Amino acid sequence: MFRGLLRSPGFILGVGLFALTLVAALLLPLLMPLNVEQRVGLAYTPPSREHWLGTDHLGIDMWSLLVHGLRSSLYVGLLAGTVATLVGTLIGVYGGYKGGLLDDILTVATNLFLVIPTLIVLILLSSSLDEGRSLTLIALLIGLTTWTWSARAVRAQSSSLRHRDHVALARINGYGTFHIVVLHILPYLASYIFMVFILQTASGILTEASISMLGLGPYDSVSLGTILNEAIRNEALGDGAWWAFLPATMLVTVIAFSLYIVNTAMESVFNPRLR
Amino acid sequence: MTTGSQEQPGAVVLAPEARSSRLLDSHPVLAHILGRAGWYLITFMVAVTINFVLPRLGDSSPVDVIMARAGANLDAATAREQEATYLKEFGLVQLDQQGDIRRDAAGKPVPTSLPVQFARYLMLSAQGDLGTSILQYPRRVSEIIAGALPWTLALQLPTIVFGWLVGNTLGALAAYFRGVFDRVIYPAALLTSAIPAFCLGILLVYVFGIQLEWLPAVGGYDEGILPSFSYAFLASASHYYLLPFVSIFVIIVGHQAIGMRSMCIYELGTDYVRYAKLLGMQERKIVRYMFRNAMLPQLTGLALALGGMVGGALVAEMIFSYPGLGMAILTAIQGNDYPVITGCTLLVTVCVLCANFGVDLLIGLLDPRVRSGRAASR
Repeated sequence: MFRGLLRSPGFILGVGLFALTLVAALLLPLLMPLNVEQRVGLAYTPPSREHWLGTDHLGIDMWSLLVHGLRSSLYVGLLAGTVATLVGTLIGVYGGYKGGLLDDILTVATNLFLVIPTLIVLILLSSSLDEGRSLTLIALLIGLTTWTWSARAVRAQSSSLRHRDHVALARINGYGTFHIVVLHILPYLASYIFMVFILQTASGILTEASISMLGLGPYDSVSLGTILNEAIRNEALGDGAWWAFLPATMLVTVIAFSLYIVNTAMESVFNPRLR
Repeated sequence: MTTGSQEQPGAVVLAPEARSSRLLDSHPVLAHILGRAGWYLITFMVAVTINFVLPRLGDSSPVDVIMARAGANLDAATAREQEATYLKEFGLVQLDQQGDIRRDAAGKPVPTSLPVQFARYLMLSAQGDLGTSILQYPRRVSEIIAGALPWTLALQLPTIVFGWLVGNTLGALAAYFRGVFDRVIYPAALLTSAIPAFCLGILLVYVFGIQLEWLPAVGGYDEGILPSFSYAFLASASHYYLLPFVSIFVIIVGHQAIGMRSMCIYELGTDYVRYAKLLGMQERKIVRYMFRNAMLPQLTGLALALGGMVGGALVAEMIFSYPGLGMAILTAIQGNDYPVITGCTLLVTVCVLCANFGVDLLIGLLDPRVRSGRAASR
């Protein structure tokens, strides 16, 4: 199975691209001085030798902003993705395996929140949280509002596993729910849950960027979304200051693209009927 | 469902519930519609409650926000009078018989409880009264929305529906013919579906609007013209329409093409298609059966995508400064204009729910399992 993944060009490309952004986000701040507080020039200075991507509307070095933004966006995405996958998996696996009244209640709740648009809930939440909007809080909120479709997907998988022989055998042998779920259901869902995690991470990054572009971003950090928000609000587009928005746009696109093709490649390897 | 009347054939008078369940049993589509309607009613109530509760979670009341802005240049008496007007307007305080604010011994207004505020909110919303804007006081929220909604609808409805149709056609073609079709369509769809809507929007504005100057970059129509049904206005508006349309359209096409392609490939490998082929059934007939089956999940996908699409398109509107709901929300967010924010979010939620309901009904009409009453309700 893993050999199949390694032979898929989409998977290699996607993992490679994402790893590249991750390494850049982790190592660049250690390797070079980055400064997002101090003005180093006039507003919208074009790229130069000292400032590879010029300056933003305040005269702050754009390259530093971009690296910081990349870090925050990856952090938000991974945290939101983890929370959403955890909550979704817990609800989905438990409901799907146990069935009964609790499953019915969980399914109703899932379907209900699936229909109510997430971004709208996030807009309402963020705008009422005026002062306390930290990056971590935003990531948690995104995770806690986007778990619904992973719960639904995981539930469908786990309820189909419920009637398999090895699960029935484990039950006859008197093992408890926890034991069965961890040892006999989760291993079968591992690749599936990993795919869900990848998609949730991508959607976390995009959702944060969307809220930040609407001006509801974190007050305590620079993210790719807040860079774009500032650029658009301060006429970078009209002034032709491409360095203020194109690199951030490209970066978001590359991250989203890499995660999507990893997911697509995994899907076609794990689900041979789709090939 | 077995009813008492079936066990006792001699019984002349049917209990009302027995009669109605008989009616539903013989009309599965009606049962489906009623079931879905009930479900959406519950969802709607939850959505309205969320819309009411979430903005009130924060500790700043809208009146404090206005007074912080406006109160600075006012003397104490005028400020107090204005605060009273706002408190009454937002239904935050109890009123006595004369319509004056009830105050406690210390002279502070007596606040109304949340349930009372909620009841008032429900009653007013049902009448279409969404309150008054803070930022553009005394403009009504419903007025602001009425100005913005046509733009959003005109942009999104055709884009989503048209994009859905084109995307599904391309996906089906790629799956059916494979070969060159697939090798061009699939990677292209993969690429466009992975681009976030707002990134594509920024790129389009920059390349076509600002660098090449082929199309106007931002706005909904030329500044010199007032919105009307004149030829000049429509020509100008359609000119501005193109870029936002393309930015949303391309992405929907990509998403739908990928979904439809994998559905069709899956259906092509199923036993019933192989069996039909072995029987020597006409290719055209097989394709018809197959597409019908592949279509149903795509319809559900359309319903679910609407929720996300609305969000993405709101951000796209902001990039193009398109005068729709997205822009209204953005302006309201920047000015802490709570009534406008909640009014817009309520409306968007209602629209998304209605669209979902519509698609659900359509599925009920198209899905033979629902029509014959053998579907497990989803």
